[in-house]
Amino acid sequence: MFLIYCPYCEELREEPEFHAKGQAHIARPQDPEACSDEEWGDYLFFRDNPRGIHHELWVHAIGCRKFFNITRNTVSYEILETYKMGEQPTITAESLSRDDKTADGVQVADGGQQTVGASDSAVNFVRGAKV
Amino acid sequence: MQRYSGFGLVKHALSHHENWERQWRNPTPKKQYDVIIIGGGGHGLATAYYLAKEHGVKNVAVLEKGWLGGGNTARNTTIVRSNYLWDESAALYEHSMKLWEGLSRDINYNVMFSQRGVLNLGHTLQDMRDIQRRVNANRLNGIDGEVLDTRGVQEIVPILDCSTRARYPVLGASWQPRAGVARHDAVAWGYARAADAQGVDLLQNTEVTGFKIRDGQVYGVHTNRGDIEARTIGCVTAGNSGVLAKMAGFRLPLESHPLQALVSEPLKPVLDTVVMSNQVHGYISQSDKGDLVIGAGIDGYNGYGQRGSYPTVEHTLQAIVEMFPIFSRVRMNRQWGGIVDTCPDACPILSKTPVKGLFFNCGWGTGGFKATPGSGHVFAASLAKGEMHPIAAPFSIDRFHSGALIDEHGAAGVAH
Ligand SMILES: Cc1cc2nc3c(=O)[nH]c(=O)nc-3n(C[C@H](O)[C@H](O)[C@H](O)COP(=O)(O)OP(=O)(O)OC[C@H]3O[C@@H](n4cnc5c(N)ncnc54)[C@H](O)[C@@H]3O)c2cc1C
Ligand SMILES: [Zn+2]
Repeated sequence: MFLIYCPYCEELREEPEFHAKGQAHIARPQDPEACSDEEWGDYLFFRDNPRGIHHELWVHAIGCRKFFNITRNTVSYEILETYKMGEQPTITAESLSRDDKTADGVQVADGGQQTVGASDSAVNFVRGAKV
Repeated sequence: MQRYSGFGLVKHALSHHENWERQWRNPTPKKQYDVIIIGGGGHGLATAYYLAKEHGVKNVAVLEKGWLGGGNTARNTTIVRSNYLWDESAALYEHSMKLWEGLSRDINYNVMFSQRGVLNLGHTLQDMRDIQRRVNANRLNGIDGEVLDTRGVQEIVPILDCSTRARYPVLGASWQPRAGVARHDAVAWGYARAADAQGVDLLQNTEVTGFKIRDGQVYGVHTNRGDIEARTIGCVTAGNSGVLAKMAGFRLPLESHPLQALVSEPLKPVLDTVVMSNQVHGYISQSDKGDLVIGAGIDGYNGYGQRGSYPTVEHTLQAIVEMFPIFSRVRMNRQWGGIVDTCPDACPILSKTPVKGLFFNCGWGTGGFKATPGSGHVFAASLAKGEMHPIAAPFSIDRFHSGALIDEHGAAGVAH
């Protein structure tokens, strides 16, 4: 079970209070009428679905009911950070692959895709800084 | 291939069953094949079998990163039915159902296909309207189905709580008598053995790590055991399809989610059919070993961890106990998860891709076991001809741009 830190409530709460809403940071096209079928279909349906670091939208459904973002590893399920709407992630697959590729038990596949658990330093960073 | 028969069983008993032939070879990879299938689950193995048997394409390799049938094929709750609402999906799943009905004989392997019927319960007036609509559509498509009222359901499943006391009273159900369950491992092994006998190379512990693409045409794959070439490649990797698509340079309309199941301690026979409820969200059957086989809903978040979260298990067991108070003290024995590739319209993708020669068969999500024979059959035909089989054609990736979705999710509420 996840314990999720809601950046608005500023509290760790249990998973059943939340709903996952899929990939974050998908901008709605400015002018939908001007989109081609490809652009509109991509916006509605196509997703990154990475095996590794994923930035995703969650809603604190039976808490404050606000939407926020989580950076999470989709293999180890570790939550690396939570941040408010409109903010950008501080941890990304690229930022992790810039670190030593083998330090702290992290393995990063070519192309910057993380395949094994998150680095301890990343986790500590999040714990120290936010939670 | 050594044929299996009652006579063979007796014969081998005389030598203490020590001289059975291995079910398939363990070949070393060749440099080149006519067709490569990525993913040795039921769908991939069935594709390879039908390619060799029906299309004479025998220079085929199945590349499996783990062991055969170790993905969702071995993790599912094995419900087989074909009562889908829309013509496109009804055609696909009914094609599969017909193949199931002759499968054990065709591949000389007992897949324990048991047509014990499936009930899809209705708990609200809207459920019942949807059920009526779906059963009517099924009948027009030549698929067996009946609408039952509460009494009809109670007659089939005496231990189901059909009382008005229930929080979500059972108002009726759709009933497909030809539906049922099959033995998941036997399906993978049976297809593997039959494909191997046709000359297909089954390469286990062989993980595809990249594609070789020149001028938009695929001509091979990189694997942990070296490069292997082929100009026709079928990717049948379920929950990992997004990862494979990324290697080939495009995205899919898929999200990978954990889906869990659990089985109880073995009990005496108590449930001789399959009961599903989308409203309270639980589905259950009893295996021949006696354990209750229970399926959950997906975890809402994306995940590749082949495990799920506790709240989902709790929710599922609440639903089961709501339907079957008699099971409230049964102990659960094992719990596991698979990674399902869900599609926005809850229908699969059987399609060409932006890369020439590279075909994908994925998006089966929470409900593709039932389609194993049919999916393999039409996908093999598509790979052999280079054009999608008519039953497969509506399931192209293009539908997410054209808008011609096949919306099973909203219309029939089907989950598995
Ligand atoms: C808990 C659960 C319950 C379910 N219940 C039902 C049900 O009752 N009825 C029903 O019809 N369906 C059900 N399903 C869905 C069903 O299991 C799947 O749709 C179906 O088994 C998919 O078969 P497949 O052969 O496509 O995939 P899989 O069996 O998952 O095979 C894909 C294979 O690809 C391999 N692979 C992945 N990446 C690579 C790579 N890079 N290189 C080489 N190989 C690779 C994997 O190791 C795997 O063996 C359920 C699923 C789950 C998880
Ligand atoms: Zn909150």
